[in-house]
Amino acid sequence: MANHTPAQKVALARHAGRPGTADYIQALFTDFFEQKGDRLAGEDAGILGGIALYHGRPVTVIGHRKGRNLAENQRCNFGMPNPEGYRKAQRLMRQAEKFGRPIITFIDTPGAYPGLEAEERGQGEAIARSLAVMSQITVPLIAVITGEGGSGGALALAMGNTVLMLENAIYSVLSPEGFASILWKDSSRSSEACDVMKLTAQDLKQLEIIDDIIPEPEQGAHTDPDAVFQAVDAALQKALSRALRISDPAVHRQKKFRTMGTAFLQEPGKDVL
Amino acid sequence: MLNNRFSNRRDRLLRLKVMREGGRLPVTNRIDAPVLFEQCPACNAAVSKKQWAESLSVCPQCGHHRPIGAYQRLEMLLDQGTFQELNANLCSANALEFEGYDSKLDTLRRRTGLSEAVVTAKGKIGGFSAVIAVMDSRFLMGSMGVAVGEKVALAAETARKAKLPLVIFCASGGARMQEGILSLMQMAKTASAITRFQDAGGLYIACLTHPTTGGVTASFASLGDITLAEPNALIGFAGPRVIEQTIGQALPEGFQRAEYLEEHGFMDAVVVRSQLKSTLTTLLRLHSKGGARRG
Ligand SMILES: [Zn+2]
Repeated sequence: MANHTPAQKVALARHAGRPGTADYIQALFTDFFEQKGDRLAGEDAGILGGIALYHGRPVTVIGHRKGRNLAENQRCNFGMPNPEGYRKAQRLMRQAEKFGRPIITFIDTPGAYPGLEAEERGQGEAIARSLAVMSQITVPLIAVITGEGGSGGALALAMGNTVLMLENAIYSVLSPEGFASILWKDSSRSSEACDVMKLTAQDLKQLEIIDDIIPEPEQGAHTDPDAVFQAVDAALQKALSRALRISDPAVHRQKKFRTMGTAFLQEPGKDVL
Repeated sequence: MLNNRFSNRRDRLLRLKVMREGGRLPVTNRIDAPVLFEQCPACNAAVSKKQWAESLSVCPQCGHHRPIGAYQRLEMLLDQGTFQELNANLCSANALEFEGYDSKLDTLRRRTGLSEAVVTAKGKIGGFSAVIAVMDSRFLMGSMGVAVGEKVALAAETARKAKLPLVIFCASGGARMQEGILSLMQMAKTASAITRFQDAGGLYIACLTHPTTGGVTASFASLGDITLAEPNALIGFAGPRVIEQTIGQALPEGFQRAEYLEEHGFMDAVVVRSQLKSTLTTLLRLHSKGGARRG
């Protein structure tokens, strides 16, 4: 494993040539049928989803889509979904549950889009509802953080029974720039923020936020996508076969996320004053 | 400074005592209160401290709702003598060893008399038993770290086991940055605990107060069976400044305010503070067995 600094990992995670959801679908799945629209108001290309075969098994696959060129980037809003994207994901998850299909998600977003219309149409509600749906659905859900795991917009697809993460992917409460500007009123201190935020796969494994790290080529996923597809495939197969043996995947997820961070609580003496 | 601390602490202990035992709380009994009038931040009217207290911190001139502390809110809502605090001492530790966070927490605990940004309790509202959680924006903007997430989840679990309704007053700037990814995970924890409670038939009433944003909006605040808000409360996922920077234009008047959300279908009702207790009582009655008066 290469020794990249957290700031270098952030750059690798955001690299324009880094494989995205559409690439993983193309490489690892067959018979992909894209499903569009939230059946409420619109279609959001920032989230790509549909049904496909994974090693012969029907699955529902959903992920953030950044797009491969500028025109696609713009159509996908650079992978920053609007509420319709999350509501489409909810619809697909419910449908996966109905037909007993496991769900595989790919996480790669700077965050949910902070736009005027997004707010007007309930961005917060859309993310909250996605979390509620993921705590209910009775089929297994495997999440793979492939690039940027930006805040609630990432978590809204990432409540997996298993959460996998690529070696140079990042996952954080906010972008390092946002973090520096909120806490230190200085967005130029973002590389410092990278160091304290514990946003690398290694840090997150230690904190038990993710389950496993998927290795990448020395200089990042974009340098040898085929090697990455193989590694992701191997990790996914292992995770899926395990998840399929969980007797109640919904309860498993509820318990898994219930305990996050509780080890760090304290209960000082009766009077904390 | 030190005097202030003691007087705050004395104030809090007095409130707790009154809540536990019932009885009237003496209005503004501070000897050291230097200012008798406080200007309304909305209309600039000079309003006496006594008036603020009597009007539940709502401006008698323009109706502006000033944020209020968690214990004050509980005192306003709960029937006298029914307050039983839950998990009072639970608080966050500096899990990510973030510089300065320990001392910040310590200072805030002393200054506000709160152990964390949410107070959870069992009590009665208009005669109906309920579990209630109230966030306090004085404590690191009411941000959600592990302790807030845990206390909200425990409140939902207490309500589920006791088959009681759950009422949460939200007021939060979002995730607690100092607890990083752990605070992000509290969104999943709270949303999941609330959903389990609701799936078991529980009634969850969310009351959104100024301001409710970020990770709290994108989790338990948006999942109420019934959703209420105080007038003009700022409610949203992204903060107004971030949106303005993103879209490069000024936001329309009233954007992300409670009335705006009501218009756009995200709110059952905007309720003035003086009507909150009676509205909650009605809602609890509507969900009690046979709608009987008094539980
Ligand atoms: Zn006023």
